[in-house]
Amino acid sequence: MRPLSALLVRDIRLAVRVGGGALVGVLFFLIVVTLVPFAIGPDLPLLSRIGPAVLWLGALLATLLGLDRLLASDYEDGSLDLLLTGSTPLELAVAIKALAHWLTTAVPLVVAAPLLGLLLNVDLGASWAVSLTLLAGTPALTFIGLIGAALTVALRRGGVLLAVLILPLNIPVLIFGVAASNAATAGTVPFGGAFLILCALSLMSLVVGPVAAAIALRQGLD
Amino acid sequence: MSLIDLANPSRFSAVTARVLPWLIVATILAFAVGGVQTYFAPDDYQQGATVKIMFIHVPAAWLGIAAWGVMSAAALGTLVWRHPLADVAAKAAAPIGAAFTLMCLLTGSLWGRPMWGTYWVWDARLTSVLVLFLLYLGVIALWHTIDDPTLAARAAAVFTLVGAINIPIIKFSVEWWNTLHQGASVFRIGGSAIHPSILVPLIGMLTAFTLLFLTLHLAAMRNEILRRRLRTMLLMKADAAARA
Amino acid sequence: MDFGPYAVFIVTAYAAAAVIVAALVIWIMLDRRRLVRAMADVEAQGLSRRSGRKPQEKPRDKPEGNPEDKP
Repeated sequence: MRPLSALLVRDIRLAVRVGGGALVGVLFFLIVVTLVPFAIGPDLPLLSRIGPAVLWLGALLATLLGLDRLLASDYEDGSLDLLLTGSTPLELAVAIKALAHWLTTAVPLVVAAPLLGLLLNVDLGASWAVSLTLLAGTPALTFIGLIGAALTVALRRGGVLLAVLILPLNIPVLIFGVAASNAATAGTVPFGGAFLILCALSLMSLVVGPVAAAIALRQGLD
Repeated sequence: MSLIDLANPSRFSAVTARVLPWLIVATILAFAVGGVQTYFAPDDYQQGATVKIMFIHVPAAWLGIAAWGVMSAAALGTLVWRHPLADVAAKAAAPIGAAFTLMCLLTGSLWGRPMWGTYWVWDARLTSVLVLFLLYLGVIALWHTIDDPTLAARAAAVFTLVGAINIPIIKFSVEWWNTLHQGASVFRIGGSAIHPSILVPLIGMLTAFTLLFLTLHLAAMRNEILRRRLRTMLLMKADAAARA
Repeated sequence: MDFGPYAVFIVTAYAAAAVIVAALVIWIMLDRRRLVRAMADVEAQGLSRRSGRKPQEKPRDKPEGNPEDKP
């Protein structure tokens, strides 16, 4: 367990460093959320209706933006090769990296969501629902993104391709995340159903993501 | 000559060159037959003549999904057995599958406008097929972004297998959710729900389209083998020039 | 034959399908033409594949061999 916890601590420390990019995600989230009212106009009832969806969209895009960092910096300085040839199973190593990424990039988004919801006139009950669904759904976004990061790790400008690859796979997470958020305040779909599917997606991605990423890394870097 | 001999790309190219003309003829004949059958198929009592769109829409959907299945099988060939033709088969199938998926979306949309009153609706079936189209675009982008064909093949293989989860979602979407798109009526456990006068032309067009896919896929595979040879020779040439 | 009030949708659908199939066929044919021509160019410049070389060239390609074999 020692190597894995060391890896976790290292990744978290690197991420919260000034150049680490952990808070850049929140900043991007803020930018996206502020742009929407400018585009749509100050129609408050409309904003509160689409608020949960905008928050989810912003969180998804912010996560996508940060995925570049997940493996690329380790590839560049050679640590990825060490992970590949080390004695820790690669699947666990990348899972730990994704966990660190989620803790430093996605959890701030979850915390920021209610505050940004104020900008969108989202009422308090809906805000809590959005945060809860983000908490349950962002692991899926991160761990599915891990696959894209592994596939594009060796490319120089892999960021856009990563987004293109991952976006279709993230669509179900987005759909159920927003459905659950909306269901909590109103709507015909029960909250429990959509929320449980969201949790299921996250749990599945916790397994599929690291396994697929490890295969991709081994194939691509051998 | 057994099937295993076909694994050699040169031999595969040679066999394909002989088989292709026959396949082309067979495809044209099948479309002729299917075309006549669809022309004389009766109008649906509810949908009128627009049911004739189904004779393209359903085969296109079937092929769009089947192509991803072919790519998934090829992906296993690449990752597990490192089969030389698996890479070629996967890369060749992607644009063809994307084209048929696009055809499915377009014809479905044009069918939906008179029947449902809308060109598009975000129900589970349409959304998952659109996701399939996006996945096709993604894998094609992956093929064209990674320089080394072997690495590209492996990355595409991993992505194809991950994306394959979408296929059962498409198939069962009409059962799991309330969708505007109709449920399964051809391949059902109780037997088909469609009247033979419509089912027979549908089977005819399915056959024709499948032959078309086979023809296009083999031709594209032949091109891909040639492309790889060309790349190898150009690399040799560059290498020789660098040494000189 | 009367296609009913929605004839334009039916015709457009069939036309779209035909265009897509034609585009695929044309792309594959043009691609092949380009590849065959490029291949011919490269071969004209004197390069050939390993399997295309004549048999008498093979002895020249023999590796260094075992030093113990030399007298």
